[in-house]
Amino acid sequence: MNLMHGFGVLADPMNIVYMFVGITLGVLIGVLPGLGGANGVAILLPLTFSMSPTSAIIMLSCIYWGALFGGAITSVLFNIPGEPWSVATTFDGHPMAQQGRAGEALTAAFTSSFLGAFVAIVLITFLAPVIARFALQFGPAEFFAVQLLTFCSFVGMGKEQPFKVLTAMMLGFALAAVGLDSVTGQLRMTFGSMELLRGFDFLIAVIGLFGIGEILLTMEEGLAFKGKSAKINAAVVLQTWKQLPKYWATAIRGSIVGCWMGITPGGATPASFMSYGLAKRFSRNGHKFGTGEMEGVVAPETAAHAAGTSALLPMLTLGIPGSPTAAVLLGGLLIWGLQPGPLLFIEQKEFVWGLIASMYLGNVVGLIVVLTTVPLFASILRIPFSIIAPVIIVICAVGAYTVHNAFLDIAVMLVFGVLGYIFKKLSYPLAPLVLALVLGDMAESSFRQAMLLSQGDLSIFWSNPLVGTIVTLALAMLFWPVISLAIGRLWPRSGSKAAVSLK
Amino acid sequence: MAVLESVSRLKAAAAITCVSLSAISITTLTSTQALAWEPTKSVEFIVPAGTGGGADQMARMIQGIIQKNNLMKQPVVVINKSGGAGAEGFLDVSGSNRNPHKIIITLSNLFTTPLATGVPFSWKDMTPVAMLALDNFILWVNAEQPYKTPKDLVDAAKSGGANSSKMGGTGSKQEDQIITAAIEQATGATFTYIPYKGGGDVAAQLVGNHITASVNNPIEAVAQWRAGALRPLCVFDAQRIDLKEPIANNMSWNDVPTCKESGLDVEYTMLRGIFTSPGVNADQIKYYVELFQKVRETPDWKDFMAKGAFNTTFMTGDEYKAWLAKTETTHKGLMEKAGFLAK
Repeated sequence: MNLMHGFGVLADPMNIVYMFVGITLGVLIGVLPGLGGANGVAILLPLTFSMSPTSAIIMLSCIYWGALFGGAITSVLFNIPGEPWSVATTFDGHPMAQQGRAGEALTAAFTSSFLGAFVAIVLITFLAPVIARFALQFGPAEFFAVQLLTFCSFVGMGKEQPFKVLTAMMLGFALAAVGLDSVTGQLRMTFGSMELLRGFDFLIAVIGLFGIGEILLTMEEGLAFKGKSAKINAAVVLQTWKQLPKYWATAIRGSIVGCWMGITPGGATPASFMSYGLAKRFSRNGHKFGTGEMEGVVAPETAAHAAGTSALLPMLTLGIPGSPTAAVLLGGLLIWGLQPGPLLFIEQKEFVWGLIASMYLGNVVGLIVVLTTVPLFASILRIPFSIIAPVIIVICAVGAYTVHNAFLDIAVMLVFGVLGYIFKKLSYPLAPLVLALVLGDMAESSFRQAMLLSQGDLSIFWSNPLVGTIVTLALAMLFWPVISLAIGRLWPRSGSKAAVSLK
Repeated sequence: MAVLESVSRLKAAAAITCVSLSAISITTLTSTQALAWEPTKSVEFIVPAGTGGGADQMARMIQGIIQKNNLMKQPVVVINKSGGAGAEGFLDVSGSNRNPHKIIITLSNLFTTPLATGVPFSWKDMTPVAMLALDNFILWVNAEQPYKTPKDLVDAAKSGGANSSKMGGTGSKQEDQIITAAIEQATGATFTYIPYKGGGDVAAQLVGNHITASVNNPIEAVAQWRAGALRPLCVFDAQRIDLKEPIANNMSWNDVPTCKESGLDVEYTMLRGIFTSPGVNADQIKYYVELFQKVRETPDWKDFMAKGAFNTTFMTGDEYKAWLAKTETTHKGLMEKAGFLAK
């Protein structure tokens, strides 16, 4: 009923125009690394000042959907995550492109993004008030538990030597600690340098480690993209769709992880890592992850888009932003004269249901827009490396600069590029470093907030069923290799049976 | 009495505005050749905080108002420089000498960041333009809790033993924690202060009963008040908020007592002011003062002020400088007593 009313709001042709404009801008914002959804929406916010709130939120949220879609494009093509949440997409997406399967990878990424978003929208449509109450149960201890779960589901399973994983992760934590300590308000490890005040931004590190690092590697291998011979035609979309139903379990798991992380609010980036980690662990093809498995693209993309979408739920119902972009949209609500919070659904029916209806339509439009561009983007790989490489470096530099409008960040990006190259050469894994950099800060403040609450008593992590379950689950994940070994030794038969039933 | 005072102050401000406006018209009449200064390229509007916060919202609101009403020929570009609790933004402005195309909006971190982190900057390193408003702080508790007055809360904190009561706030050694310290100093009760990233998070944590109380700005918690989840105990301004429209349960902002009148002798408001680079000339300052006066007169701005229950005091020139000097001393005193100064 309400939703029908919302679609009625969309009947205004101007709203449809805003939707297309928003999606297109969003895809561009997503493609450009550094200029994230939050920055993009913030820049365009004052433009919406004279629009009606409903049209304004439709355009801005469509920019957000576009950015969620667009982030995957450069991840797959050049190993440069356009957005933080598409870092995990590079792990398998880029190897696919190198094998000449860029079109498949992009189609898989876009389609699974759409799927994740769709699940989240359905959730918002029917369960918003119930779920909002659930989100309120999350205090610092619960947040830390979720962040721990993200770590544990990702770590402790790689083929790399544990020593190297640990080194990479510790380096990530150390870099994350630079800047202002949010709990004591003191500066840490800035060594009196004003440039280090802002710390090391995750995005800049990622642009350097992945983007520049990849270019250095390719240069060494002889100035040629491996994916150069890729055959591109429109049929690739249909061919990929035929393969996708195989990965239903991964897609469902990704959507659940994403919705959970978006609502609690953990954010799209941890969600994509967690989903990738879980898929790697529980999939039959888990051992092949990282070599160009389509499933390794489906997992993070469904989760990221589901999280990005469901992050709007706590924003609408409680006024808590579930993601940086949601925080900017929240500011927008106030500027347009609306008051986010529990009464928004009652007092501003037209606005809320118009927004929800636009989520359905906006994602369909988004999927169509990005899918039509698959052949276009995939054909970029045919351009000779000697021409495209300088362009990529410029885009990377512009991206690194836009994050904080600081020139030093470009130098930092180049240093990270060299670091990324060295890591690859010495076969140190990059993922633990990146994960520690993005989550280290958050996990540290949640942990210390929890410790302040409990006066240093660790039992706060088992103080209620919710937090206890998550922490226990996380520890089980961490020690899974040991546990599965033990199970296998003790009950060899039932162990294998369980494995079969998992399939 | 206090209300009367503020009204008379506003009247005085209005009178000054009229005088200055007529003075301008006279000068323009007399010397048509000497054109007033105006920006010749886009103006950078620095926000020394992240996207989505209170200062960021206000800056983007102002940017929107200027664009919509065509108040400036050149575009305004909002840039967030939040590093080191805002130090990055302030250092950017104080370091760009005689650049009139750079303005910055302040939070209390103008005073607290140099004191708490030791990063060397002060408001004196920049040119004060105008005080746009003062942001209010309100003592909030969860509506399910029995506390009806600040005294109830303080008594519970005292009788519950050390660290039994948790005060949530935004950031560390910034306005929220300073208020908490001031409450402790005034009453002798102790609170465990839990720093969060943003005001919206704090309000939600209070609704979820993870903390005992908060000192959220009105705009951060008003929605939860209206929904019956939070209860305001008192406002930390010198006078009650002058808005009589009912918000929740037939209570208006004006029905929230000041902390002082409910026996909690703590006063605090947060500056939302504008500064520009050091060394700019009087013409350039005058341009911005007039610009912000025009912004303040728009209905959009007035509506925004009412929504956020701001204290709408406006100040410029020497009056503003005197206020800044006084407030800096207050912060230093409060932070020194609480042991927040950088070593």
